[in-house]
Amino acid sequence: MADEKDTASKAGTEAPAPARPEGATGSPAPAAAPPSGYPPMTPITPGGPAPTVKPTPRSNTVGPGIRASLEKKPAEPEGAVSRRSFMKWTLPVGWVAFSAACTSSLVATARFLFPNVLFEPPQAFKAGFPGEYNVGEVDTRWKDAFGVWIVREADGFYALIAVCTHLGCSPNWLAAENKFKCPCHGSGFYRTGVNFEGPAPRPLERARIVLADDGQILVDKSVKFQQEKGEWDKAESFLKA
Amino acid sequence: MATAKPPQPFLTRTWEYITETQIWRSIFRHGMPSTNRNRVLVVMTNVFLHLHPVKIRKSGIRLKFTWCMGGLTFFLFLVETFTGLLLMFYYRPTVAYAYMDIIDLAEQVPLGIMREIHRWGAHAMVITVWLHMFRVFMTGSYKPPREFNWNVGVILLVLTLLLSFTGYLLPWDQLAIWAITVGSNMARATPLLGHEGPGAQLLVLGDVKMVHAGSDARFALLGGRFVGEGALLRFYVLHCVGIPLVAGILMAVHFWRVRKDGGISGPV
Repeated sequence: MADEKDTASKAGTEAPAPARPEGATGSPAPAAAPPSGYPPMTPITPGGPAPTVKPTPRSNTVGPGIRASLEKKPAEPEGAVSRRSFMKWTLPVGWVAFSAACTSSLVATARFLFPNVLFEPPQAFKAGFPGEYNVGEVDTRWKDAFGVWIVREADGFYALIAVCTHLGCSPNWLAAENKFKCPCHGSGFYRTGVNFEGPAPRPLERARIVLADDGQILVDKSVKFQQEKGEWDKAESFLKA
Repeated sequence: MATAKPPQPFLTRTWEYITETQIWRSIFRHGMPSTNRNRVLVVMTNVFLHLHPVKIRKSGIRLKFTWCMGGLTFFLFLVETFTGLLLMFYYRPTVAYAYMDIIDLAEQVPLGIMREIHRWGAHAMVITVWLHMFRVFMTGSYKPPREFNWNVGVILLVLTLLLSFTGYLLPWDQLAIWAITVGSNMARATPLLGHEGPGAQLLVLGDVKMVHAGSDARFALLGGRFVGEGALLRFYVLHCVGIPLVAGILMAVHFWRVRKDGGISGPV
């Protein structure tokens, strides 16, 4: 560093003096003194012979001051950050920061598509008192609002989720035929929810059904019981009367 | 002095006057396309025409070779854009209004056929885009150097189908709701991104599922757990803005590459 500084300062002091070192043969020749071998410039006179004026040749080499400034690093104060070392660190940091900003913007944009609050019917609801249901009936009163049938059997209740296990349409309860029938592709289910016709691959799902503190039936669709997983034996899939 | 010119007819004089005004000459920076040079300039100085080649082979306009299916598809896209824009003046994408606005468009709004034009144009566009693809396949036009444009075309085909899919929900009748219910339920089975798809059960943090019914691809598509208000609005935005925008950009690329990859209809 001290060596550089020394030479740089030396070059700085030498630069104004046009001391021509050996090898630096040419410098931009002034127009007033063209090199020998060229005719002197003559004024153009109308009607006269066209003068053969050639542009003065330019040298490809640079002057000593410029060369020194190219070869030597410029003088800089002690402790200052050079342009090179500045770029050496800020470029990677800048690119990393830019990439991180782009990535986080993408993630944030994707997150924007997932709302925090849904204006949908709640997953759990109270379905009245057990005495309001008739034994042996499939009750359809909650189907439109919450998508659930409550079936009252002799020994208790279960809640069937009214979503066809084929492709998710809403089946209908056909009391006369004693079955659930999906209008989309014709899947049929027994009143237990077990599938017996059409493309549905598995029985309807049951929802958690318990008694609330106030004695009403509480149905919670966020807890589901699937027959093919043996979950219909679980306690809260069936409410004993 | 030169001999006096015979008096020109009025229309000719008017035409000459118009074409020599600064306004005309600033818009059309070439003469009448009566010479080859001017014909080239007509194409090259027009932002819309320059997507197309300056010259085409005579065979390029033979119906037998292209069936004009790509051109018909683009024409139908323009029809859909125009009629769709008009429909947007009346249609409100909310659960409360959507179905009634469709009825209103058919029964009360003047030119009640507008929605039918849009609907039948959409059906026709799906048909023509498939036939276009069929033709391109049968003539081997997907082969190098046209393989990139084939891929652009495949994306455009998918976008056309997505336009159909998203538009299907907007009437908000039983057919629409249940068709989209069935269609979007397929997204449940998306690998990794669908909560019933393969690999989704692998994405867990401790006991917490990362991909569940409230965070999977279907949820993002519908903006909810079932086809409701959120789904209607999302499909509307995608149908009217999102997909047409992407399709328009890709169409420009598609047409331009037809020109750059050896021109329409013919061996390279």
